[in-house]
Amino acid sequence: MGAEEPLLRVEGVGKAYFSNRVLKNVNFTLGKGRILGLVGENGAGKSTLMNILFGMRVIQETGGYEGKILIDGSEVSFRSPMDALKAGIGMVHQEFSLIPGFSVAENIVLNRETLVYNPLVEAFGDRLTTLDRAAMTRRADEAISKLNIELDSSTLISELPVGYKQFTEIAREIDKKGTRLLVLDEPTAVLTESEAEILLDSMRRLARHGISIIFISHRLQEVMSVCDDIVILRDGEVVLQTTPAETSVRQIAGAMVGRRIDRGESEGREERAPGKPVMEIENLWVDMPGETVRNVSLTVYEGEILGIGGMAGQGKLGIANGIMGLHPAGGSVSFEGRAIELNNPESPLAAGISAVSEDRRGVGLLLEESIAWNIIFTSLQMQGRFLRQFGPVKIRDEEGIAECARKYIRDLEIKCTSERQHVQELSGGNQQKVCLAKAFETRPKLLFVAEPTRGIDVGAKRVVLDTLKRYNREHGMTIVVISSELEELRSVCDRIAIIDKGAVAGILPAATPSEAFGYLLMGAGAAEAEKAAADNSNGMEAANA
Amino acid sequence: MKRMTGGEAVRLFCVRNAVPIVFLLVSAIGIYYSQFTAEYLIQEMLTRLARNAFLVLSLLIPIMAGMGLNFGMVLGAMAGQIGLIFISDWNVSGLYGMTLAALIATPLAILFGWMCGAVLNKARGREMVTSYILGFFMNGVYQLAVLYGFGSVVPILNPELVLSRGYGIRNVTNLDGIRNTLDNAIPLDIMGIHIPLATFLVIGVFCLFIVWFRRTKLGQDMRATGQDLGVAHAAGIPVMRTRIISIVISTVLAAYGQIIFLQNVGTLNTYNSHEQAGVFAIASLLVGGATVARASILNVFTGVLLFHLMFVVSPMAGKYLVGDAQIGEYFRVFVCYAIISLALVLHAWRRHADKVRARAALRGESGGAA
Repeated sequence: MGAEEPLLRVEGVGKAYFSNRVLKNVNFTLGKGRILGLVGENGAGKSTLMNILFGMRVIQETGGYEGKILIDGSEVSFRSPMDALKAGIGMVHQEFSLIPGFSVAENIVLNRETLVYNPLVEAFGDRLTTLDRAAMTRRADEAISKLNIELDSSTLISELPVGYKQFTEIAREIDKKGTRLLVLDEPTAVLTESEAEILLDSMRRLARHGISIIFISHRLQEVMSVCDDIVILRDGEVVLQTTPAETSVRQIAGAMVGRRIDRGESEGREERAPGKPVMEIENLWVDMPGETVRNVSLTVYEGEILGIGGMAGQGKLGIANGIMGLHPAGGSVSFEGRAIELNNPESPLAAGISAVSEDRRGVGLLLEESIAWNIIFTSLQMQGRFLRQFGPVKIRDEEGIAECARKYIRDLEIKCTSERQHVQELSGGNQQKVCLAKAFETRPKLLFVAEPTRGIDVGAKRVVLDTLKRYNREHGMTIVVISSELEELRSVCDRIAIIDKGAVAGILPAATPSEAFGYLLMGAGAAEAEKAAADNSNGMEAANA
Repeated sequence: MKRMTGGEAVRLFCVRNAVPIVFLLVSAIGIYYSQFTAEYLIQEMLTRLARNAFLVLSLLIPIMAGMGLNFGMVLGAMAGQIGLIFISDWNVSGLYGMTLAALIATPLAILFGWMCGAVLNKARGREMVTSYILGFFMNGVYQLAVLYGFGSVVPILNPELVLSRGYGIRNVTNLDGIRNTLDNAIPLDIMGIHIPLATFLVIGVFCLFIVWFRRTKLGQDMRATGQDLGVAHAAGIPVMRTRIISIVISTVLAAYGQIIFLQNVGTLNTYNSHEQAGVFAIASLLVGGATVARASILNVFTGVLLFHLMFVVSPMAGKYLVGDAQIGEYFRVFVCYAIISLALVLHAWRRHADKVRARAALRGESGGAA
């Protein structure tokens, strides 16, 4: 960079939520009319960085941030998103903030409508000004034309395909006066390939008009094709800062997922022969808000631990919830040769399938009940166990319940005062162990475990993962682990399926180097991933030789 | 987007308009059995349209703001009645009397509306049941004020209005001074049918107001708030204030609506007239094909016509079918609640049908297989 000061300069920015450090010493600059790709796994710190940039309240409430953010060379410190908007920073979120029953034009100028004075304003205030619809349409069309797309501004949002909703949001930011920096958070996650292509074109066009763009994406090819600079975050640190010309898809994939393989685990991994197919999933769709499954076909083998990974929002969580009948679903699922009835939670439970929900506190636990009651609840309700016939009535077998609970408390190292303690008093990790115990006690043949280590401490993580492994080995329980953390999956699973856009992007053995999974996560296609895996094993063989 | 086939379009139309279609069919059977003349029915319908349309129209604005059916309009009706009690006491008659009653009712209705709106903001998502219960509560306050306050704290000059014990308003207040004043302000009879032209003009002005209001910034903000509170808030629209304003407008208009209603009826049942106002108006609107989330001026007029057609023909139809007019009387009281229940059930069913349709779009390539 010459004498010209860059539009945005981030200097030594860091942030810790109390003792949990999420960003460390982040530095980069963004020039006028340039596109910067920000790449990283879930939890790498992208959202925190953007929250800082936008002056979101959550940052101040948790003690502010370290380092400096400079716009046009002078330091800024936004106290609210409104300040950021005034400084010309626009943001397009992953979730749409559009009014469904309004037209495209009405949404673009939402709360910034062109207004016409009328005498009633004097009596009742400014809000009785009438709307100038012609001018609103004109402004909307102008913004749309800057994007160079075909979009009729009179169409209702609810009738638009997803991709065009995205364009409407971007057009809104463009219509705002003085927008100089546009942040697009995973804009292509919900788009079809052709729509994504149009979006990338529009981005290039905007950049030529002098608008700078921060493009957050995990789709590597898009980043390579559209960005001028690329910044890769991992665990809150910038691990690589480069340009498309100097790097390769492979280098970025490697930098993004890292090479954090625990030696102990990779040594302990044994190759196991797959059993016979036990669950067949065909053309499954699940309407789970935010985790839509579109078309998943998958086979689970007896006695294996199958991992299901993928970025948040791509649909991995929907699979278990759909099969367990918690969200509307369609397609066909069979278990041990018999069809599972979808949309009916009793059917999978009766067939011997259990699940540990990602929503521990909501679905998984009865918070105001004791540990013992939580552990045996499903077994008692669904299987009629822990009951004693007492004349004409059945009563609970309190002794047996307590005995069973104490067994799990010992086995899973649940830290508590006694089995009568209420689960709401337990820490997240111990609550998770209670969830596992509850699922184990139903003696399932197949167990879904969703996000088993989310929000729990390192020690508990170890116990949870080891327990899963132990039950798999000792009791022959088939387990499907669904997790956002690839390394965690690689440490316990035999095979890992990666879900992208609501479908299976590829299935690889867990021993495959993480780089190959990186390709799948970033929508780079199964062929590329397999090639990377093959290259790598060739390399290893060569090294061994 | 896929193009719909003819059959699908017809089915969609039937699904969208299930409620009015059911009522049209039931009424058609009722008309046949009731043996009413066309002349009589037309006169009845015109009178009832003039009497009720304004009250029903006052429901439109809260629906626009996403607050559902405003059972709280009963508060407005109470305000209107207090205005009417005062003009009866002061002996102000004619159009002046009505205007004065409206002027007295306005500040009261604004106060009630503001209070109601503030409460409903605390009970987001449960506006209907909250406003319904609020109506019961305010009914008690109204009774207290009118039964004990009037004639003691509030001076009432005309002893004919007051109970013999010296305070409190009588059960029935005669509204001779303003009976049919508005209806007859512009006399017009066609083929022996009396048409309350002036009332229709007032209703017409109200409709124009609503059409214009939708085009104002405030109207636009209300529509945005109604469709998605979160998005509207994020866009900087003062959503809570907007919601309160919508209830205030509705309450004030309901007060005017009740005054128009009672000038047609001619007597005020001091302690009962307002009670049915909300339920009847809401039933009418729902019969017209409106939903909890969507209502138009067309729904208002269709609804008032269909609902009151049913109301008029059902006692006679009952009499000729079962041989007892009591059965018909009984029938028309309970039919009104049945309508609201039916409309709410149909509304839920329709929302479910819409959801299933929307979900079909998610299935992607596996759609055929499922």
